[in-house]
Amino acid sequence: MADTPAPELHWPKDPKYISQSTRRIDAVAKLTGKARYSSDIQAEGWLYGMILRSKWAAARITSINCEKALKVPGIKAAVTVKDGERRIHYYGEELAAVAGTSKTACLDALRAIEVKADELPFAVREEDAMKPDAPKVWDDTDSNVSKPKVTERGEVDKAFSECSAVVEGFFVTPVQIHHPMETHGNTVSWTDEGVTAYASTQGISSVRDGLAGALKVPNSQVRVLTDYMGGGFGAKFGQGVEGTLAARLSKEAKAPVRLMLTRFDQALAVGNRPSSFQKIKLGATADGKLHAFQLESYGTAGIGAGASSAGGGGGADFPAPYLYKIANDNVRVTQTTVAVNAGSARAFRAPGNPTASFAMESILDELAVKMGVDPLELRIKNDPNKERQQEYKVGAERFGWKEKYKKPGSSPGVIKTGIGLASATWGGGGSKNTRGEVQISPDGSVEVRMGVQDLGTGTRTVLAVIAAEVFGLKPEQITVKIGDTHYPPGPGSGGSTTCASISPAIFDTCTNALQQLQTQTGIADARGENWLGACKKLGVNPLTVQGKWQEGLSSRGAGGVQFAEVAVDTETGLVTVKKMTCVHDCGLIINKLTLESQIYGGVIMGMGYALYEQRVMDRQSGVVLNPNFETYKLTGLSDMPEFDIVLLNMPERGVIGIGEPATIPTASAIANAVANAIGVRVSSLPITPDKVLQALGKVPTAKPESVS
Amino acid sequence: MNNSDPGKAGSFSRRSFLKSIGTTAVATAAAQTQSIAAELEKANAETTIGPGAVPVTLQVNGEALKLQLEPRVTLLDALRNYSSLTGSKEGCDRGTCGACTVMIDDTPVYSCMKLAIEAQGHAITTVEGLAKDGKLTKVQQAFMERDALMCGYCTPGFVMSVSALLKKNFRPTADEVRHACVGNICRCGTYPRIMEAALQAAGVATAMNKTEVITYG
Ligand code: FES
Ligand code: FES
Repeated sequence: MADTPAPELHWPKDPKYISQSTRRIDAVAKLTGKARYSSDIQAEGWLYGMILRSKWAAARITSINCEKALKVPGIKAAVTVKDGERRIHYYGEELAAVAGTSKTACLDALRAIEVKADELPFAVREEDAMKPDAPKVWDDTDSNVSKPKVTERGEVDKAFSECSAVVEGFFVTPVQIHHPMETHGNTVSWTDEGVTAYASTQGISSVRDGLAGALKVPNSQVRVLTDYMGGGFGAKFGQGVEGTLAARLSKEAKAPVRLMLTRFDQALAVGNRPSSFQKIKLGATADGKLHAFQLESYGTAGIGAGASSAGGGGGADFPAPYLYKIANDNVRVTQTTVAVNAGSARAFRAPGNPTASFAMESILDELAVKMGVDPLELRIKNDPNKERQQEYKVGAERFGWKEKYKKPGSSPGVIKTGIGLASATWGGGGSKNTRGEVQISPDGSVEVRMGVQDLGTGTRTVLAVIAAEVFGLKPEQITVKIGDTHYPPGPGSGGSTTCASISPAIFDTCTNALQQLQTQTGIADARGENWLGACKKLGVNPLTVQGKWQEGLSSRGAGGVQFAEVAVDTETGLVTVKKMTCVHDCGLIINKLTLESQIYGGVIMGMGYALYEQRVMDRQSGVVLNPNFETYKLTGLSDMPEFDIVLLNMPERGVIGIGEPATIPTASAIANAVANAIGVRVSSLPITPDKVLQALGKVPTAKPESVS
Repeated sequence: MNNSDPGKAGSFSRRSFLKSIGTTAVATAAAQTQSIAAELEKANAETTIGPGAVPVTLQVNGEALKLQLEPRVTLLDALRNYSSLTGSKEGCDRGTCGACTVMIDDTPVYSCMKLAIEAQGHAITTVEGLAKDGKLTKVQQAFMERDALMCGYCTPGFVMSVSALLKKNFRPTADEVRHACVGNICRCGTYPRIMEAALQAAGVATAMNKTEVITYG
């Protein structure tokens, strides 16, 4: 801990690196293949691990026999998830795992495992699972539908009767899969001394605690390391069943085991964004003020929630009404979660928000059409947030909203263009528990340490930028050590809280260290050109100083507004995004370059939600029909629109997060632009060509669509 | 585009043999069947190796990599798991993400879709083989400057696809870059930056996207 009590801290007024563009300090490692990701770890004597998964959507397992698997040449261990009788709740649930000297041996071994099971009835689609006579996902319940979460405020019925315009709609959003490019997994070594896990995770501490709990090993004997990892988006907290299995295999085989999931596994068992079916009603008074709101929704989080506390994983509810102010709070919301036989949901970049946004922003545009007002004006009138008021203005001007806006469906020709907008709100804020450490050596070198991980957002570089700023050095002169639970605790990387957690903590740490260095060496200002001289005066021992998160350097609350321009081919139904203008509040920008990258990333992921992504379940067999990239479509380079990104700089607010707000409004803005282009609304995501043609009345025998 | 070149070694495959039989068999008398069977056996005997491990020599980044591999081991598996070359990433192991892209004789190839034994006799370049003496290539340098990487897991694949493009086409258009990267996926969403980096590396002017900081107030 710091010996000197820290005076109140303020970010520097004229920073040299903060708010500028700094290249990623780990770019060279990543670009040359030197960076070792969790899936690249080749521990001495390591074995390959693989999981056998259920091919049934629901079953009672009576026995699992791994004897033959153990006889496959190269196989060193095989374990079952649970011995004896066992109930299986979804296609892809883990049954057993093997470890062997090669991938091919493991594949052979999985085939040799004998599983006896009685197949049970199942329901994988929401509409099926909701029927009173539907097979129950959880044995201990009499319904797959959760008790409704009800909110009622104000006087809703009376309020609707006071409205001069009321619109209603039914909106559907799909189950979306995280699909980080590096799959989930770990390399784990479990010996008598303890457990070491190289985890592909967004939360090394949560993996440590999870492993300790699952393996019944003291927390202090578990060390988790994450030098580089390949994305998470909310799905990579905790060790997962795969982490526990890798540890057990390691103990059994007396060797480290690398167990990475396959892309196929990834679609089944490690999280998703819940679906939603939203019946929504919105009314406004003649002055254009929103006056009454009603929502009834259901959706599925897979086996998660809804019917049994054993499920975990959270429900399918979301914030409502989203973002806009309803007069007197005349709001009635009823939300339920439907359990189905499918993998459980997990946090997914801005949980609930893109889902909530899609229906709200869509119905708002419908209201604007009905009232004959500009959708932008309607938002300006009803958005209570003052930063966003600025963003509407700035964004509309740059985008050319006023010039581009036409009545819905009035675009001529076969390829119709349209525009739309939508907004985002997010909490964020920093975690008080974050601590950091810095070691200054007599040779002038600086090592910053924190038990945080970089999931691609640029965490490492943020730490280097701030340390360099305080010490008057260059970011590339700072060595940053992260991804180790032996370092002072950092936050999990989620909820857009990382930057607001680590920045104040490392600023405090480095400020403390500088003061100590100056006190100890008697040099009044040890920064910049005096650095080497001061460090030399340390003598033989390096100076190691800790610090912690401080109030007043970060804040909660982040928002943004995005404008989309699309072209819709009314003959093929294909939607092309032409332009995205994105205005986001950014608080105090730490690294402009990586901040922009995060906004691009959020928008691009939102484009997937808008146009391409959807998990499809087969109601006959209960399997996921599109578990791979040839059928689960992600946005690609050739889908890129023109971007205009505006960062609203507000240094006085301190550091805030950007990862989630950037993805929230994208799909809604695109959906509104499509409706503006063709004059009819596609009310379910993703907006695929078939749905566009159906909306245009070009598919004569359209069946009711269903999403699952 | 990534393409899986069927390879020159052992071009008399079982499939082409069967195919050739198929076209002529209509006209053959039953008496010939036996000789066909004999020939088939001979052909198979000649080309069958494995299923156990066999010696395999790969020319990777200018060096010979001698391995013992089952014939069913992919080039990606060989690189990542039988040697320490983990720069090529595994994102899907079935030819749909591009994270495993390497160059084989300057052509970008999904290394997960190529058997290691097929890659023998060809010059294989992985991301580890690009920078010489610690000096980044133009493509790598541009990726760094433009921040065309986030988590970095897709990055080696993109670097290889773009590098292969620039070997054949010094000044590609944006459309040609799109085409070259159509087989690569990035979940973090670095595409706009990859486009900028590719064009920058080729010395083509870029002004596609704007970003601007505006002070609130
Ligand atoms: S790993 Fe080869 S294409 Fe995905
Ligand atoms: S940088 Fe993470 S997948 Fe491309």
